[in-house]
Amino acid sequence: MNDVAGKPFGRFVPLAVFAVLVAFFVVGLVWNQSHDASFVPSPLINKPAPAFNLPLLKQPAQSVSKASMLGQAYLLNVFASWCFACADEHPTLMAYRDRFGIPLIGYDYRDKPADALAWLGRHGDPYHEVITDESGITALDFGVYGAPETYLIDAKGIIRYKHIGPLTPAVIAKELQPRIDALERGGK
Amino acid sequence: MKRFAAALLAFSLTFSINAFAIDPLPFQSNAQRLRFQHLTSELRCMVCQDESLLASNADFAKQLRRQIFEQMQQGKSDKEIKHWLVARYSTFILYDPPLAPSTIALWFGTPAIFLVGAGVVIVLLRRRARPADTIAEESGEDW
Amino acid sequence: MTPELGQLALILALILSALQCVLPLTGAWKNSRPLMATGRSLAAGQFVFVALAFGILAWAFWINDFSVAYVAQNSNLTLPWYYRLAAVWGAHEGSLLLWMLILNLWTVALVALGGKLPEAFFARVIGVLGFVSFGFLLYMVTTSNPFVRILPAPPNGADLNPVLQDPGLTFHPPLLYMGYVGFSVAFAFAIASLLGGELKATWVRWARPWTNVAWGFLTVGIVAGSAWAYYELGWGGWWFWDPVENASFMPWLIGAALIHAQAITDKRGGLRAWTLLLSIFGFAFSLLGTFLVRSGLLTSVHAFAFAPTRGLFILVYLGVVIGGSLLLYALRAPKVTGGQPFALASRETLMVVGNLMLTVACAMVLLGTLYPLVGEALNIGRISVGPPYFGPLFLLLMTPLVLAMPFGPLSRWGKADLKVWARALVKIVALAVAAGIIGFVVGARSFYQLLGITASVWVMAGVALFAIKRWREAPAGKRYPFEMVGMMLAHFGVGVFIAGAILTRSMSVEQDVSMRPGSSVEVGAYAFQFRGVSETKGPNWLAEQGSVSITRDGKPVVVLHPQKRTYAGGQVQTEAAIQAGIFRDLYVSLGDRIGDGAWSLRVYDKPFVRWIWAGGILMMLGSFTVVLDRRFRLKRAVEPETTHAKPEPAPPGKLADDHA
Repeated sequence: MNDVAGKPFGRFVPLAVFAVLVAFFVVGLVWNQSHDASFVPSPLINKPAPAFNLPLLKQPAQSVSKASMLGQAYLLNVFASWCFACADEHPTLMAYRDRFGIPLIGYDYRDKPADALAWLGRHGDPYHEVITDESGITALDFGVYGAPETYLIDAKGIIRYKHIGPLTPAVIAKELQPRIDALERGGK
Repeated sequence: MKRFAAALLAFSLTFSINAFAIDPLPFQSNAQRLRFQHLTSELRCMVCQDESLLASNADFAKQLRRQIFEQMQQGKSDKEIKHWLVARYSTFILYDPPLAPSTIALWFGTPAIFLVGAGVVIVLLRRRARPADTIAEESGEDW
Repeated sequence: MTPELGQLALILALILSALQCVLPLTGAWKNSRPLMATGRSLAAGQFVFVALAFGILAWAFWINDFSVAYVAQNSNLTLPWYYRLAAVWGAHEGSLLLWMLILNLWTVALVALGGKLPEAFFARVIGVLGFVSFGFLLYMVTTSNPFVRILPAPPNGADLNPVLQDPGLTFHPPLLYMGYVGFSVAFAFAIASLLGGELKATWVRWARPWTNVAWGFLTVGIVAGSAWAYYELGWGGWWFWDPVENASFMPWLIGAALIHAQAITDKRGGLRAWTLLLSIFGFAFSLLGTFLVRSGLLTSVHAFAFAPTRGLFILVYLGVVIGGSLLLYALRAPKVTGGQPFALASRETLMVVGNLMLTVACAMVLLGTLYPLVGEALNIGRISVGPPYFGPLFLLLMTPLVLAMPFGPLSRWGKADLKVWARALVKIVALAVAAGIIGFVVGARSFYQLLGITASVWVMAGVALFAIKRWREAPAGKRYPFEMVGMMLAHFGVGVFIAGAILTRSMSVEQDVSMRPGSSVEVGAYAFQFRGVSETKGPNWLAEQGSVSITRDGKPVVVLHPQKRTYAGGQVQTEAAIQAGIFRDLYVSLGDRIGDGAWSLRVYDKPFVRWIWAGGILMMLGSFTVVLDRRFRLKRAVEPETTHAKPEPAPPGKLADDHA
């Protein structure tokens, strides 16, 4: 039998197991501080974006599809007039829309077009185009489960990054912009 | 005062979503209703994360319930429906995490703990237990 | 001024708790009787100040003092007085205060009843409890002060979470905490024996009544929580394997194991190290439950973010208390298990197997509850673990335990008579199969229905056979000591619970329907007719109240009135209407107005659901009954061991040898 300080080794097993447990708790507490628990990584990252074909908010007769967007990288920002957090995010989008270097497409999610238009009229319109998904059926294919969400889609139509929750200057600087820049470099 | 008002708002937001879902759907048969209840009770609502899709009253859950219902009408199996969901929301939506490298410890942990425990008990009993004929029959109270 | 007095009282209690830890322990170490004696008065003083703080907070709720932030957040002017009082423990700070109050109640009870324990041992127990309460009081004073003011005071408060405005949840936390905190007594006894290097395991007998009472309270606390979830959360379930429930279930499983391990150590002298370890685990899991619920680690969906310092504090506290205890255990636990010899076929063996299954079940629940956290910590993705994991594994682990249960009491200590086992097996199998056949004839067809009937009769038959055996074999007047009656009640309760849990699961019919006034729906043998919705109001809510009349074969059964309440704070809460019965509940809850007069409703027929809680209450009664046994009446501690009555652990000499 292994002895530690003259004591049977087995006596230390509960203490060791407990120590491992506490270590996990510490990591968990730290993780909780730096992560939003409602954030669940999307399985669609680095997979082709789902096909979509949605009308424009301002010209409902025209539509935008995945195919029509091929050839350029773009950001798809899911928002809705009923979404409180979207209003929080909105000033950031207004400030950054021209700095991303790629188009920012608004994706109006489960919303009445009239409400969305009024909302954009009130807060300002940061988007280069806005498409509407009133039923939310297409959003199911994107795995949208809460607004706001932001997708980075590359020129080949592949989803490169997804952010859940409001974009903030910090998130843009740390997570989003480097990925956009990498795409731009790779594309040229 | 403003902070307090914000706290109040946060409270009411939290609790207004507590109402559970009552969602009448036109099932074709009782068997299909049971199948639906079983399937959605084993799926997690992504928005209100400690509730199942069956119980949650969130808009998101309602929409997914409709979707699952429709897929059932199209004759899709539970497996196909789960596959459809996982492709969009990751295995996080399953309360029954599939066996994968990341869940080996979860699924084999309990059998492993049981085997170790049983091993210790067997060793202990073999070492400590005496043959029955060496133990004197005690007379009197056995309690 | 009064709220500040409450804070002052807490600070004074904190100081007293520090003294209650240091002085008696030093006294026991230096063998100083005056120092040891301080424990009693310090514990009493601490109780007075914590009770004062509790009273002051309750008073603040009573007079609607919204300048106290905690009151403003959890009460308002229209809240009825009884819920204003229950609101004292309706949120974080107040529940900690309740936790503290109960710890002090346990300590004071121990001071009152434990006077005959050996002086040094008793001083150590009080010292350990002082340490436990010091940690909690420090936590309250530094991070969770319930007496913080907001100025200017708002004219009205928010509201008590309407989910909590219910009698079931009024009693749930105090009962649960009685259980959680009660395990601190067994824990303190174990630590005191380790500190003092007790050679004998007599402390186990002293600890047993306390463990039984704690476990009984924990059981009924869980029952109250489960019953509350059933009728208040409105989806008719009674157990969800959610992290908060699991947090209370783990100490329950350990407590059940501990009760049996203590019995072996007390009566046969064996398993001493294991009993020590379980005593530590029982309290560790109680603290862990508090940590998991209060740190927001697992219930991160709750919108109110928890201050990270709170989680960190409890974690450090947990590390010190439990880590320290386990270190003490590693260094000082008895090396070799002593006790009287036993054969492989014996009551001891069966109880050890039961202990194994309960402990593994607890480990399984812990693993599943924490696994999502592991996934996050190791960055291998977010993982959900839910009922489809816990349910089947728990059933699997409990199967051997349930099968073995009837045979434990029927076996002798030391050596079981195999012929007795064989005869009992034949009778139990016959009874269980007969019950299954009767069930089949009456109409039970599914696998689970038959399983529920046979498994519960299996357990109940074991209890009945044991009762008959005692009646035949034991002399009149000594047939059923209280300890034995308690065991029989609790084991019978397990049988009742099994019937309830499995039959409810397999026989419930649940339907969500949309109904117009006058339309009706058939559920099982019952017809539910919807008569419409009217408005009604309560002290602090307005409600839409549905009216549903239920008939069976055209004969009226009952009219139910489910409500959908809108509380003063704007929160919406459903109140299911339930016709409760011994054999079935009929359950209706009201959903939304769908349009043109139609409403969505949920209707249930839930057979045997009451048996689940009846089983739990029987277990509680059983564990309380055990305490009445003569065995636990303390004799003068100075008396030498040998003067005790007959069935005793091994002679002292032998025990001492085992420690060598």
